Amino acid sequence: MAKRIDVDDVNVYYSDFLAVEGASINIAPLSVTAFIGPSGCGKSTFLRILNRMHEVIPGGRVSGSVKLDGEDLYGTDVDPVNVRRTVGMVFQKANPFPTMSIYDNVIAGYKIAGTRKSKGELDDIVERSLKGANLWEEVKQRLTRPGAGLSGGQQQRLCIARAIAVEPSVLLMDEPCSALDPISTLAIEDLIGELKASYTIVIVTHNMQQAARVSDRTAFFNLAGVGQPGKLVEYDDTTKIFSNPTQKATEDYISGRFG
Amino acid sequence: MSTASSALSTAPGGTAPPRVTSDLVGARLPKWAVYGSAVIGWAVAVGLKFLLDWTGWYTTFFTGALLFVITLTAWSFSVEGRRRAKDRFASTLIYTSFVCAIVPLVLILSYIAVKGLPLFSPDFFLRSMNGVTSREEGGGIYAALIGTLIIVGIATVIALPIGIFTAIYLVEYGRGKFARTVTFFVDVMTGVPSIVAGLFVYTFLLLGFGMRPFGAAGAIALAILMVPVSVRASEEMLKLVPRDLREASYALGVPKWRTILKVVLPTAMSGLITASLLAVARVAGETAPLILLVGYTARINFNPFSGDMATLPMMVWDQLGKRSGTTSNDFTEARAWGAALTLVLLVLILNVGARLLAKLFQPKAR
Repeated sequence: MAKRIDVDDVNVYYSDFLAVEGASINIAPLSVTAFIGPSGCGKSTFLRILNRMHEVIPGGRVSGSVKLDGEDLYGTDVDPVNVRRTVGMVFQKANPFPTMSIYDNVIAGYKIAGTRKSKGELDDIVERSLKGANLWEEVKQRLTRPGAGLSGGQQQRLCIARAIAVEPSVLLMDEPCSALDPISTLAIEDLIGELKASYTIVIVTHNMQQAARVSDRTAFFNLAGVGQPGKLVEYDDTTKIFSNPTQKATEDYISGRFG
Repeated sequence: MSTASSALSTAPGGTAPPRVTSDLVGARLPKWAVYGSAVIGWAVAVGLKFLLDWTGWYTTFFTGALLFVITLTAWSFSVEGRRRAKDRFASTLIYTSFVCAIVPLVLILSYIAVKGLPLFSPDFFLRSMNGVTSREEGGGIYAALIGTLIIVGIATVIALPIGIFTAIYLVEYGRGKFARTVTFFVDVMTGVPSIVAGLFVYTFLLLGFGMRPFGAAGAIALAILMVPVSVRASEEMLKLVPRDLREASYALGVPKWRTILKVVLPTAMSGLITASLLAVARVAGETAPLILLVGYTARINFNPFSGDMATLPMMVWDQLGKRSGTTSNDFTEARAWGAALTLVLLVLILNVGARLLAKLFQPKAR
């Protein structure tokens, strides 16, 4: 189910602008990997190339290789739609579909894509996904109400439920807690710990305590200056990064001397 | 304030009283200052009228308005200071502009209503003008109303799909030169006078194929006028759909076309309905292309592909005697007002309907 990711010497461009330069990383299955670094260092961009979401932005392209269990995501016949089926994503801002109920939001991946499922199967998927996202108890009485009526933290968990409903192998999270209060953040961090049992998780975060709490491995990205490409400075076990980093820049960043 | 300070100055102790002022409180004009200035302004204007022997009341009215603004601003400047004076001046101008915009509108609507309402009866809506001469009462708008509905209906069926699909192209797919060219031509078409659209269809269809005027020809001209309005309005509505939602859908492994169909369009549905009905309202009252392309007939003709058709704007034109070059009289003028009021109500119903439908399709929070 969960798959490993191998990225080798990747450059990411937006039109002519080089956003990330020469990044390589190997992510083990069933692990949590955190991307940290200052704003604009390309960590969100790097996250997006793992399910080809950077292509949604005009001019976005990649050189180098990204492999999912040995299969090249950028091979000639690879369909980005299928890539995104396998590698799900949760965004910074909770974005439930405003025209849909909570129930429909969870099964949106099937409903919008036009996949036929029986009512019983869908009910099972909704219950399993909402339980997986720790939201079931809070919303089981009002599944037909609009998803936009939930609180911010609940909406974000609804988005996680929506992402895991299509049973991806990898789950990417782009600053999933940055708009949430500490209690909702805790709920989502606990959830990440539980989801690790079934998914490979990659999370971008600005909160270094969060990276230290939830992740097994941490990657530190940095950029030399404004207009310069972002680079992967150091990638190691989270305990190592936060206790005894090899690079000076990493140590400066995690000790709060810049960024 | 002066009474307060004089009371304080007589306070026991003999020393200078502590002044009850605050940096946070500034001097203000009394609440009636606005009305006071208005009364002063117009009183002086009326005085001037009789003093200088002005003949009309319009000059007096506008002089009064000018004097009112000057009085209020000057008074405010002397008491409240520079910033508040500017505020009063700007506020007065804004309210004046609002009144100037609303007065003609109300006058037109109420005048049409007063003139047209007496005509309204079941017969007026259920009879055509067939066999009704200009020297008698009776007849009605049946043929013209149905004609307008048919022609505008056909125009809508032609124009809205083109307009909405173009908007989808521009927002979701259009990049680079071609999209910019399309946008440019849509903008140019927005400014095309309706008679030019009519002339275009007239040349190609009627002269080109040697046809007699017929309803659908007018509908095509109206469609040409509707497309740019529809494109522009729909484009704005589609742009309002947050990119987040599209990305959320892509991230679930949904193809782009299904994202547009199942996420973008439903989210923008309420706006698209408003945009479409406003585009319909925009052309419902067009007259110029219909003169060339549809003509007018007193008989009932519901076939848009053959023969002249009656329409509401053309009926007004006809009843006022402008089509045949004859003079109008009380009977025909009354019928013209009745048709005009029906046209206004039709547009009004479209607008209200647009709002109701938009509300119905709006995403709800709970």
